[in-house]
Amino acid sequence: MSKQRIVVVGNGMVGHKFIDNVVTSEHADNYQVITFSEEPRLAYDRVQLSKYFSGSTAEDLALTTEGYYQDNKVQYVLKDKVVDLDFDNKEVITASGRREAYDKLVLATGSYPFVPPIPGNDQPHCLVYRTIEDLEAITSSASQSKVGVVVGGGLLGLEAANALKQAGLETHVVEFAPRLMAVQLDEGGGKLLRHKIENLGVKVHTQKATTEIVAGEECRYRMNFADGSFLETDMILFSAGIRPQDELARKCGLELGQRGGIVINNQCQTSKKDVYAIGECALWDNKIYGLVAPGYHMAKVAFSQIQGGTEEFTGADMSTKLKLLGVDVASVGDAHGNTPGSKSYTYSNDVDEVYKRIIVSGDNTRLLGAVLVGDAEAYGTLQQLCVNEMDLPEDPNALILPSVDGAGAVMGVDALPDSAQICSCMDVSKGAICCAVQDGAHTIGDIKNVTKASTACGGCAALVKQVMDSELTKLGVEVKNDICEHFAYSRKELADIVRVKKIKTFEALLESHGSGHGCDICKPAVGSILASFWNDYILEDAHMGLQDTNDLYLGNLQKDGTYSVVPRVAGGEITPDKLIVLGQVAKEFNLYTKITGGQRVDLFGAQLNDLPVIWRKLVDAGFETGHAYGKSVRTVKSCVGSTWCRYGVDDSVGLAIDIENRYKGLRSPHKLKFAVSGCTRECAEAQCKDVGIIATEKGWNLYVCGNGGMRPRHADLFATDLDTDTLIKYVDRFLMFYIRTADRLQRTSVWLENLEGGLDYLKKVIIQDSLGLGAELEAEMAHNIGNYQCEWKTTIENPEKLKRFSHFINDSARDDNLVYVVEREQIRPATDEERIPSVELEEEPALA
Amino acid sequence: MSNWQKVCRSADVVPGTGVCALVAGKQVAIFRTLKDKTLYALDNYDPIGKANILSRGIQGSIGDALVVASPLYKQHFELATGKCLEEDISVPVYAVREVDGQVEVAA
Repeated sequence: MSKQRIVVVGNGMVGHKFIDNVVTSEHADNYQVITFSEEPRLAYDRVQLSKYFSGSTAEDLALTTEGYYQDNKVQYVLKDKVVDLDFDNKEVITASGRREAYDKLVLATGSYPFVPPIPGNDQPHCLVYRTIEDLEAITSSASQSKVGVVVGGGLLGLEAANALKQAGLETHVVEFAPRLMAVQLDEGGGKLLRHKIENLGVKVHTQKATTEIVAGEECRYRMNFADGSFLETDMILFSAGIRPQDELARKCGLELGQRGGIVINNQCQTSKKDVYAIGECALWDNKIYGLVAPGYHMAKVAFSQIQGGTEEFTGADMSTKLKLLGVDVASVGDAHGNTPGSKSYTYSNDVDEVYKRIIVSGDNTRLLGAVLVGDAEAYGTLQQLCVNEMDLPEDPNALILPSVDGAGAVMGVDALPDSAQICSCMDVSKGAICCAVQDGAHTIGDIKNVTKASTACGGCAALVKQVMDSELTKLGVEVKNDICEHFAYSRKELADIVRVKKIKTFEALLESHGSGHGCDICKPAVGSILASFWNDYILEDAHMGLQDTNDLYLGNLQKDGTYSVVPRVAGGEITPDKLIVLGQVAKEFNLYTKITGGQRVDLFGAQLNDLPVIWRKLVDAGFETGHAYGKSVRTVKSCVGSTWCRYGVDDSVGLAIDIENRYKGLRSPHKLKFAVSGCTRECAEAQCKDVGIIATEKGWNLYVCGNGGMRPRHADLFATDLDTDTLIKYVDRFLMFYIRTADRLQRTSVWLENLEGGLDYLKKVIIQDSLGLGAELEAEMAHNIGNYQCEWKTTIENPEKLKRFSHFINDSARDDNLVYVVEREQIRPATDEERIPSVELEEEPALA
Repeated sequence: MSNWQKVCRSADVVPGTGVCALVAGKQVAIFRTLKDKTLYALDNYDPIGKANILSRGIQGSIGDALVVASPLYKQHFELATGKCLEEDISVPVYAVREVDGQVEVAA
């Protein structure tokens, strides 16, 4: 059978989703897909666009890659716009004159930003917020501006305002309607949102109609309003809503709505045979859906229809939950109570700045809508009640009133039908999550991997966890987290026992809480816990047997049984004299030398018996152990910052050195890496670190829980514009909280993924001190810092300990198993093949 | 078993740790257990990781078996028999004893 040819016009989020549905389907081989994009790049995540301003790159936002398309034989044409459709010959024609035939045509042309027809709106520094190119223009304009205005106080407008604020501009929002987010919020919600946003320093002007944009006196422009007032600004961002991109369809005679939009039926078909429209260009039941989830659903329906399936689009839930300028906002269903006979319940708390309102049916049995500002925790429950038309609790008040005993009004997930959509972004049902659990996915991380639930906006995370836990309980799975056969406790529980009972040795812990002899799982874990809380010298007799070889010999074991030597080079700053010492030591002991990714010098191939001599020389030259061997703080990478760099806005090297010295030697469940960048150019790559810090004009931005390595994860923005003292306070608390509660060998990234409540909960604990642990965590860190010692310095001053560094306890001979080969002028371990001719030839004395 | 060789003081083998001794040209890993302070001796060569490092492994128990975990790739070798628990492979074991505060090995 010959392949069906599908042409997809537009490669935005929805166009890509359609293509992804095709190539991942079991019938992928039946189709040949070709897609056209007006933009110079393949699909990217427009929902997360504002992250571009906090350091994400175009690559980070990308939803796919050219490689992925090539691997799946998807043809793609960038920067060539489809300008005409020939329905008779079933061909599309591009601006460059290219013609491509189709069997099925899918229009996913999206939308464009609406710019109100205000005289003067076409001047330079009058911009829109839609594509990566727009963002680049905004960045460039912002760098030449002090004041910025966003026209439009809707969802996107507030996102855009956030971007301007992050760029350091005095930021204003100008809205025509009497309140912010007029579509999603009611009066009370809009009022509180405004108050919160104003507290963040963004000035809000409602009920303002701009009549013209003229030259300003103080700033570049002056916006004159209909009421006679005016506002001066250097740049203007229009974010007054979207319009469907239907120019092509209009030109080619497809049926459009009165106010635009390509008319589609429940099968996502347009007025022409074999032509489909999906996403924001499509008009269904006279509605344009400006959210990505309905677009994704249409993509699924269109492909189902093309395959001869029966799936239909019958409207979408417009509920949303987001964080705008750091404020939780959610809107569910009929948020305005437009349904005849509906009643509402409102909870408003000025002290905590929380506003919640639910709209219920006249007979009090169904939830119709909800508005949440300041605390959107109930979103998942409310959205499910509404979408699934479930019975309301007897007293609907309970859904929004804060519970006195702290239990919260959580709806039992058992009440949900299997078909209930838990994650609307990725379209994952309760049934799918239950199946994944039955198939062995027993952690949130597993569930995310298998089902993709909660991997987009994350709003459903709490609900996903509840579904998982409930299913696990049903399966009779006791969620056991024992560290190993010797202790029926998790690492977190062991840490609590050690801390509360002040246990100082493994033997004591095994005696009181364990069984057997211990093993290579529990011993290093307990060793790490003991070191985290008491910070004793780890080569004390009582602790020695707990240490993995790296900690025991204070070096990193390499494949041939030798160790690497990595002295601390805090922040990567090193004097020429010290560099020379490293070179001399490397030369004297014939060590392979390499610069590490963490800006230090790694010396490989040191034999056990040479380690003390090497370290004596290094310690004498002022070096300390770099802890490159332990599950501990490794490096704090930095760029040169304001000291040398033309763009640096703060002293990243100074802060990196301070931080590295502060946390050096801190034992943790996994190794920890930090970085400090002196400006948003991010040359230190702080956003792939456990703790990343980026300087801004107004202080430090703190990122947490990123990692590189096997499963890379971008760090999350945790707090902004911090002074150095607050920054250190947060990092102290964050690290100690992680050390106390993480599982064995659990990285901060995985720890966060599994933390109930996620990033928001972490912020509450660290920033708002919701558990009242702040002072205690800081004190524990202070104790740790006070007890710091360079383990190598202590060791080389102790002859008893040094004995252990000879290869043989009874002989000064060296290990005879080590064979090296010279490559690129340095040694490396010989391969098995190279080892075989092991006869060493001695050079014969030359004949006289 | 007459070729006993003194290798170190008893105190040199801290309970729960191991040391390596050179005995008749062989590398011998000597361990003392944490709980009952018993001595064991195995060959120091890890046949899987192909390096002389077993003496630097962490001791423990898996079920009833006393074991040492290789520091390279973490396979467990039984202290009493030298048998590897994960792979069908063994390392030689040697006789070890304590006499007058000294550790002696016959290899």
